[in-house]
Amino acid sequence: MNKKSGRRDFLARGAAVVAGAALMPSARAELAGEPWERVYGTGFTKYGQPSRFEQSVGRHLGQPYGELAPGSGAALSPIEALDGIITPNSVHFIRSHSGTPDIDPKLHRLYVHGLVERPLRFSVDALLRYPRITRTYFLECSGNSSRALTPQPAQVPAGGMHGNVSCAEWTGFPLRVLLDEAGLRPQAKWLLAEGADSAHMSRSIPLEKALDDAMIALYQNGERLRPEQGYPVRLLLPGWEGNMSVKWLRRIKLTEEPTHTKDETSKYTDPLPDGRALQFTFEMGVKSVITRPSSTMKLAEPGFHEISGIAWSGAGRVRRVDVSTDGGRTWNEATLLGAERPRALVRFRHPWRWDGTPAVLLSRATDEKGNVQPPRREWQARYAPDMRFHNNSMVTWAVEADGSVKHVYA
Amino acid sequence: MSTPSRITTCAVIALAACATTQRADTPSVKFGQPAAADEIARVDISIPPSGAGLPAGSGTAREGLKVYEQKCSACHGAKGTGKPADALAGGVGSLASKAPLRTVGSYWPYATTLFDYVRRAMPLNAPLSLSDDEVYAVSAYLLFLNGIVGEDVAMNAQTLPQVKMPNRDGFISDWPPRARN
Repeated sequence: MNKKSGRRDFLARGAAVVAGAALMPSARAELAGEPWERVYGTGFTKYGQPSRFEQSVGRHLGQPYGELAPGSGAALSPIEALDGIITPNSVHFIRSHSGTPDIDPKLHRLYVHGLVERPLRFSVDALLRYPRITRTYFLECSGNSSRALTPQPAQVPAGGMHGNVSCAEWTGFPLRVLLDEAGLRPQAKWLLAEGADSAHMSRSIPLEKALDDAMIALYQNGERLRPEQGYPVRLLLPGWEGNMSVKWLRRIKLTEEPTHTKDETSKYTDPLPDGRALQFTFEMGVKSVITRPSSTMKLAEPGFHEISGIAWSGAGRVRRVDVSTDGGRTWNEATLLGAERPRALVRFRHPWRWDGTPAVLLSRATDEKGNVQPPRREWQARYAPDMRFHNNSMVTWAVEADGSVKHVYA
Repeated sequence: MSTPSRITTCAVIALAACATTQRADTPSVKFGQPAAADEIARVDISIPPSGAGLPAGSGTAREGLKVYEQKCSACHGAKGTGKPADALAGGVGSLASKAPLRTVGSYWPYATTLFDYVRRAMPLNAPLSLSDDEVYAVSAYLLFLNGIVGEDVAMNAQTLPQVKMPNRDGFISDWPPRARN
């Protein structure tokens, strides 16, 4: 039967139904139904977008050089607007030194050379052929939370200060597969990883990490890496400062000693009060932050409010998170989601009944190695006044009597 | 007597199962192609403190001033004073003060890092565009600005690694890691 007659039958039947309804006034009474329930919805799109009512959710852009260098700086994840433990790819934090390169995967090459038996070149197609593994890991920029070190507490959303952390399901294969293929020479103790961005970002990595859990990552949350996350291939060093998980990976050189690149000497070193500085502090410390409620939010009324946030540790699993609503006088152990995963974000939740009087909210994470998130002042006392890396100190939010939430220094 | 043997049997079975799984999960495959030395040489731009890999060429601070004024001063300020990008000169003796100024002169432990970084990443809008002579020269100029080398001292593959930076001994390696918290 042809389409036209089929459609005519359908319209005829519809008309009969409408006519029937007209005979029954009671059934025609105002049925509930918003405008969008009364029209046919929009068609499909190839690549989805959030609701138009969620357009305000987006990364917090930190561009210290403005339009002069719009890709130098960071775009922080809006952790205050997210839940669960996986960061959507579109709002995963970005930290880049010279913008995002537009890499043609057909032309990109990865070299493994230096102290190896066989210097090798890998095309992206070749990298895509290795048997894959999938792991969930957080990534945190070493400079995360540096904005919480200003003399006065910044009154910005939580993500604007602490959003240089994200968590994704990464797919690729162990870095050691490529090192085995090239054949390590006995003198090889470090490797230099280098990106194909215009900064040619480079970091020295101890061989121990490379042979342990370092990954060559090709996919993020099920899809190929986004350009700003290192497309077509990045290094991933679970639990270590994000800068070392070199994006747009183009070269791995095995060396006997660290190369002492710019970003492991002049930056990403931790100045001490006596003028010296710690170098090669790779692991990210145990940390947590309450994302809801958090600064710039407002509690509508007293009553039940869930306190929720994220916690993580570069040393392994988060063992517990304690929450205080009285400025640290008393603590309550929060419920954890995802605590079985090492070096991934954990979601914590704590039910809270706000009585309408001022309250001071804090969270404190402890990891499986017994490391405890330090108080802010204690952390600051360890370093020179301009230290801005590895700030894993506790974060404090003050709930005022009118429900507004402020960032305060405890 | 039967218990230990049963345990042994179980262990053997477990090991066998483990070995089988391993083999299934990680077949030995190799997809790399041999890379020739000249191909590697075109991408091998990292320079360690020993200076290994530094190219031929040379430059003095006097020559570097011209390069700096044309390609660097717009972001790093006249004479490396900084703004909007990092200050590159000054700050020696400030590191233990309340307002440390961390520059090439006051903070960087190795002069080789200067050549490495300028060549790989600078200028921001045209990296890999400077000649090796220009990179040596602008490195020499920055060392001169910091009072580390004279204006007419040529920096090259031999001299640059020998420059002793003021803060050479200012770093404590945290690898392998010390206990924290």
